[in-house]
Amino acid sequence: MSGPAAGGTAARGGAPGGDVPLLQARGLTRNFRVRASRARPGGGLVRAVQDVTVALPRAAIIAIVGESGSGKSTLVKLLARLIRPTSGTLLLDGAPLPRSSRGRREFARQVQLVLQDPFSSLNPVHDVRYHLARPLRIHRLARTRPELDRAADGLLERVALTPPGQFRGKYPHELSGGQRQRVAIARALAVRPRVLLADEPVSMLDVSVRLGVLNLLADLRERDGLAIVYVTHDIASARYLADAICVMYAGRMVESGPAAVVTDAPAHPYTQLLIGAAPDPDRPAAARLTPGDAATGPAIPAGGCPFRPRCPHAMRVCADAVPALADLGGGHASACWLHADGLSAAERSALGRGERAAGLAPGRRAARPRREAR
Amino acid sequence: MSLAPGVPMAAQPAPSLPGRGHARMLRLPRSLKIRVGLGMAVFFTIVAVIGPWIAPYNPSASLSTTSGVPQPPSAAHWLGTTQVQQDVLSQLLAGGRSTILVSLVAGAVATILAIAFGVTAGYAGGWLDDLLSMLANVFLVMPALPLLIVIFGFLSRTASPNDVLIGLVISVTGWAYGARVMRAQTLSLRGRDFVLAARIAGERAWRIMAFEILPNLVPVVATSFLFTVIYGVGTYTALSFLGVISVAHWSWGTMLYWAQSAQAAQQVHIEWWWFLPPGLAVGLFGTALALLNFGIDEFVNPRLRAAGLTGRPRRARPDRRAGRAGPGGRPRPDRPRAAAGGAPAPRGGQAA
Repeated sequence: MSGPAAGGTAARGGAPGGDVPLLQARGLTRNFRVRASRARPGGGLVRAVQDVTVALPRAAIIAIVGESGSGKSTLVKLLARLIRPTSGTLLLDGAPLPRSSRGRREFARQVQLVLQDPFSSLNPVHDVRYHLARPLRIHRLARTRPELDRAADGLLERVALTPPGQFRGKYPHELSGGQRQRVAIARALAVRPRVLLADEPVSMLDVSVRLGVLNLLADLRERDGLAIVYVTHDIASARYLADAICVMYAGRMVESGPAAVVTDAPAHPYTQLLIGAAPDPDRPAAARLTPGDAATGPAIPAGGCPFRPRCPHAMRVCADAVPALADLGGGHASACWLHADGLSAAERSALGRGERAAGLAPGRRAARPRREAR
Repeated sequence: MSLAPGVPMAAQPAPSLPGRGHARMLRLPRSLKIRVGLGMAVFFTIVAVIGPWIAPYNPSASLSTTSGVPQPPSAAHWLGTTQVQQDVLSQLLAGGRSTILVSLVAGAVATILAIAFGVTAGYAGGWLDDLLSMLANVFLVMPALPLLIVIFGFLSRTASPNDVLIGLVISVTGWAYGARVMRAQTLSLRGRDFVLAARIAGERAWRIMAFEILPNLVPVVATSFLFTVIYGVGTYTALSFLGVISVAHWSWGTMLYWAQSAQAAQQVHIEWWWFLPPGLAVGLFGTALALLNFGIDEFVNPRLRAAGLTGRPRRARPDRRAGRAGPGGRPRPDRPRAAAGGAPAPRGGQAA
């Protein structure tokens, strides 16, 4: 594994420029209707993803960070066109996507998804060869057996499963978790996609092999110019790998910006909570915000800012309306009334108890050296 | 959701196994149940194939016109004779082919129907699932025997008895149970990531069902097949015993029909050689399949093996080790028998 050094990828900062983003989502929204249950008498609507706009430039890595239930997996399924959005559009190379089944296949050839759990994403009855050969056959990239074998060997080499001959005939249960995830990545690479969507690709892996898989992703971007959407709940690994980070909470994008900026000077209280939740021996425990998550914490309220029950800076305005993403400069944006332009300082102090300077972007945090990623 | 609580549970760990199974299947299975069941099933299959050829007499021919009393087994007639002096062994051998052929056809066709209905319903979901499930439920609650009697009543007027046709008709009433089980298994597999991954790769629905889901259902399919073969034997025997299928068509059921109509079991001297062989043959064939079925269950579900249900020596080993584990090979204080008598514990002593 000869991935680029930790600083190499993250220090690049903002997303590399490019006129038209490779993959772009505009106002993606997806609601799920749920049946009536004891928890939800009369059924209801789960707003899994709401009005998410995100752009993936060529050869860039963006991370989507959020806790369980924040809608990041739904978002990645929307991006992969596995589920249809309730509203919003998806653009590839700036062009809308044809709905035909042929258009879908062509899209699937360009945008591939790596699933979270390598223990269930490979069929136990098929060997590695079969898993790699199927996409090649389906998309008619290789036909004859020697062709398929050569292509499979090439893929295995790309994901550093060498010698390939040793892995070709193996069944999933004969491989370790890290090796399985490499096979899953190789399968996604088989059709030579331009975009790789990775849905928590390392969360099911041993800590010891996570770095290897992350370095593999960084390497693929470096060598092949692959654009990657990296979904994770671990903001430290997002900083390690990604150029830009988007933070999601309750289906909404609450903060986005260059990885270093978002992690060093988080603007949204939720991002601050996430960073505070990552263990750091240098930081005194008192500085952390109150934990809790969507499952155990207070329920997400219907109107207003979804984060306000857990937010230390909650103001009266937070209950009235959802804050829009406000530009903070340098590609950094945050959806919080603390940063909204609409309110003057006087209004803000009149409305609530929080002061902008109180808990936000303290100098200590910004000045702290970058932590080593796990 | 499933009607058989045991079957889906037994099949649950299946997806993790088949790969390992490749190597294991080449060896003779260790389970005694599989060995005995397999041996019996092979024996019956051989009988079905060569039976009519090795039968010593024509099963329908009266070998003597002088006696009207069934003769007990003798050197000339190993299983005795019927009332009209037909050789019972010849009937048994000749009737085996029809019985086994019908049941195998019924089992195979019913299993194919069960796969088609169950996997499609489970994978497709929605209205198609509702429709197919409803159809399966209708066939499940329909009383099979009266229905078959009616169908065969019509068929016997037009056509001479044909084993394949009989098997096909029986299978119509035997597929629904397997379909429910397979639908349940498919539902659980459909949510697995490898199905999603196949969709991402661009696989078509029929290929996902046939090549991603079905191979994971092999244990369920095998169990379902054996189950419906047993059902086929029972149903075919019942139908021919009742005389619904032409009584001139030799099968184990028609043998029982003739024995019953001659009141072989109600005579002063019970003519056991007449009705016992076909009855036993049906019972043993069913037993063979049931043993195979249990064996498959254990093969698929290691928990049953761990519970020592196979009776392999595996059960005894931990005991021996526990005995050795006593300090210095002396009997452990928690073994009152050995401590009181002063005699060396049966195994602890050896270890010293």
